[in-house]
Amino acid sequence: MSGARYLGPEEIARTIRRLGHEIVESNRGTDGLVLVGLLSRGYPLARRLASAIREFEGVEVPVGSLDIGLYRDDVARRGAPPPVRPSNIPVSIDGKTVVLIDDVLFTGRSVRAALDALLDFGRPARVRLCVLVDRGHRELPIRPDFVGKNIPTALVQRVRVRLSETDGEDAVYVYGEGADSA
Amino acid sequence: MERILIRGGRVLDPSRSLDMTADVLVADGVVAEIREGINPAGARIIEAADCVVAPGFVDLHAHLREPGYEQKGTVRTETTAALRGGFTTVCAMPNTRPAPDCGPVLESIRDIYAREALVRVLPIGCITRGREGKELAELAELAAGGVVAFSDDGSPVADPRLMRNALALAGALGLPVSEHCDSPEMHAGGAMNEGAVSERLGLSGQPSAAEAAAIARNIELAAATGGRLHIAHVTTERGVELVAEARRRGLPVTCEVTPSHLFLTEDAVAGTGDEPAYDTSAKINPPLRTETDRRALLAALNAGLIDAIATDHAPHAIEEKLVEFEAAAFGISCFESAVSTLLTLVYRGELRLERMVEALTTAPVRCFGLAQRVPGIGTLEPGVARDVVVLDPRTATIVDPERWASKGKNTPLAGRELKGVVRAVIFEGTLAWEREAAHV
Amino acid sequence: MLDTAASPADSAPGATWTRKDLLDTDTLTRAEIDLVLETARGMREVRSRPVSKVSTLRGVTVATLFYEQSTRTRASFEVAAKALGADVVNLTASGSSVEKGETLIDTVRTLEAIGADIIVMRHSRSGAPYLAARHTAASIVNGGDGTHAHPTQALLDLYTMVERLGSLEGRKVVIVGDVLHSRVARSNAWTLLRYGADVVFCGPATLLPRSFVPSVDGRACSISTDLDSAIEGADVVMALRMQKERQQRGLIPSIREYIANYQINAARLARARQGALLMHPGPMNEGIEVSPDVAHGAQSLVEEQVANGVAVRMALLYLIAARSRT
Repeated sequence: MSGARYLGPEEIARTIRRLGHEIVESNRGTDGLVLVGLLSRGYPLARRLASAIREFEGVEVPVGSLDIGLYRDDVARRGAPPPVRPSNIPVSIDGKTVVLIDDVLFTGRSVRAALDALLDFGRPARVRLCVLVDRGHRELPIRPDFVGKNIPTALVQRVRVRLSETDGEDAVYVYGEGADSA
Repeated sequence: MERILIRGGRVLDPSRSLDMTADVLVADGVVAEIREGINPAGARIIEAADCVVAPGFVDLHAHLREPGYEQKGTVRTETTAALRGGFTTVCAMPNTRPAPDCGPVLESIRDIYAREALVRVLPIGCITRGREGKELAELAELAAGGVVAFSDDGSPVADPRLMRNALALAGALGLPVSEHCDSPEMHAGGAMNEGAVSERLGLSGQPSAAEAAAIARNIELAAATGGRLHIAHVTTERGVELVAEARRRGLPVTCEVTPSHLFLTEDAVAGTGDEPAYDTSAKINPPLRTETDRRALLAALNAGLIDAIATDHAPHAIEEKLVEFEAAAFGISCFESAVSTLLTLVYRGELRLERMVEALTTAPVRCFGLAQRVPGIGTLEPGVARDVVVLDPRTATIVDPERWASKGKNTPLAGRELKGVVRAVIFEGTLAWEREAAHV
Repeated sequence: MLDTAASPADSAPGATWTRKDLLDTDTLTRAEIDLVLETARGMREVRSRPVSKVSTLRGVTVATLFYEQSTRTRASFEVAAKALGADVVNLTASGSSVEKGETLIDTVRTLEAIGADIIVMRHSRSGAPYLAARHTAASIVNGGDGTHAHPTQALLDLYTMVERLGSLEGRKVVIVGDVLHSRVARSNAWTLLRYGADVVFCGPATLLPRSFVPSVDGRACSISTDLDSAIEGADVVMALRMQKERQQRGLIPSIREYIANYQINAARLARARQGALLMHPGPMNEGIEVSPDVAHGAQSLVEEQVANGVAVRMALLYLIAARSRT
């Protein structure tokens, strides 16, 4: 199967800088801001967002990682146990503005699981959602607050975000029928 | 009376050193003639080309369970199994309830045999009252009632003085003592052979030293009393060496081995899979031993040092084996697999056919002195012989206990392919069982 | 759209869990054990949260079936199951149909009919969980069978060692005491050998195996009756529980003699590598197999073993409940 590359390294870098600005602007600064990336690819995105914010705000925003393996609603039906990894949220999230960060928003089930997981760590004042790619096809009433790029897809297609930290390159691919006519 | 002609088989009668291709005519209830080219007129014919024709087999050691344990087996079911397995004479161990430890009980048990048995059943009497190892049973009364040996099988006589007296008294009565040689005090109830497998599986073990020590003790007691000692189911290399030494001393010591111990080792408990099987159907007392022991048993059997092959047929109800290994009953049901097991050993070149037949016929007759008691037993001698088996060593069979006559389905061989079957059995001069082609 | 490329491989597949039962560690592959340890790390983190409980196994019923008393192991499994949101049913041999003569097979089938998905079983007879596993569709987790195996203990011990030492390759682990009757020693040998450790069984001659030596990929345990030399250079010393009944059965002359020759005390521990770890599967007979100062000393990991036990058992219950089914 071959895929179409939608974003390359420069576009991803640009997008992250833009998302950083949007998050800070929406929060009216960096006070009480905590970035929590979903494992595995939301977490490196969260760290990149934090370093982008440091560049233009000069402030270190706390970054956490969140594993949702134990919160999925399809554990018994997936055919294999989802991996379970330690989460690491270095600060209290009580009363904070937590921005959940993930690579691709699809059905919304991962975000639902992430909300449950996050609430086991405390009671944030508000939770926002930031994704690099929104590919549509929601199955739950979940809407992102910050979107890097909307990529309309067919249900059968697959979207793959690759990051240098986890995959050795920065790119977004779409695979499957009709991928290269987009 | 029916005339039966067994045509063109290899006739093996170790009692008369006979080994020839010939026809065997059974008429008027006895083997009438053995020679080539007998006129078949008026006879029912059994074609026996490629088959072995031998005297009906004699088993010195079997458990028929009745009276008292009818859920495991009855005289009817187990003697049906014996017949199909080629055994026309079976010596029944006395671990029934009640146990034959006096004349009246023996008589009531013999009544059951007379009514129910499909083969000749010869009773073995208890050594001690209730097989409890405390006081001697009524040995003379039992002898008068027709027992062929004494044994507390399964419960070795622990007290050496009691054993000594038993050997002396039995010797005076002209009867052997068949002893399960074990020293339970050495291991406190081991569930299998003590060794690599028991240590791997965390199971309590019986050391082979426990058998050897008991054999050594009993040989010395036999020497001291002049009694006749028959060692039941020898299982260890060392046990065989002790018997050899007793023979060199000229002592009246005989012994037997089971097909299970000749064919299987302690590995059967663990099974062949990655995970240990804890196979209760391979739980037997004395236990399956090591490959070294198994080879020593075969060597001793081939050399005639081990006299007889005895089945130790021990049927159990399914629920007595469907429990934790250490809680499971000891014993393998094997009337209907014994001959196939042995012929497989012959096929593999591990056992000599002539020796196998001898160890199932004239040798056991000698061990228990049965010839005077039952004329024609263990031989094909024309005019007196009444039991004949026809074996087909070339037909393969898959062990399927669900098709057995025995109530005991407890065998570790289920599903195994074996080489050789019993084709037909003549008991008391009549065709008592014939294997159907469909069964092949 | 910029260009096209071949599909990159999905994220590293690693091992998955397909086993219905956990009966021993002997057949576990290195990848399976790795997966258990990785998952346990995640579980440890869950246990450290303000809300240390998840509802992953909501709707899953875990039954504990104990034919032998063991408050510790049962409690550990119960806490683990509840921390994952499973329902827990506890059965003890006394006061149940087990005491009225119900067979093991009937009991596990009854538990299955009641709706138990996983049965955690402890039994005084070796091999009992193997029998149970063959006769029920429910998963059987061996919580210790007779003198055979105790796989969850071995996995929590392994986890504890790996967390402290990193790689176990070439590390020396001395297991001291009644090895012959120890399900802990046997199950530990399989995992430690698979992780490349040098394993020494040490104890009185009557309490060591004579014919069977565990070995994995050509690496075998070594056997010693001399603790003072066996302990030299050890990275881990694991003391086993010494049962007084062994003296009654004549396997050792006296507890006093056992203490003199095999107790782990400060002087003996000093012969091991500096900072060597002391482990014990519990419950400890302080003053017998371990001296009290050492039992609670800086090198003792006993409490850490207990805490890790919950995480490792959570990992196993989770992997079994969520296993791949074909």
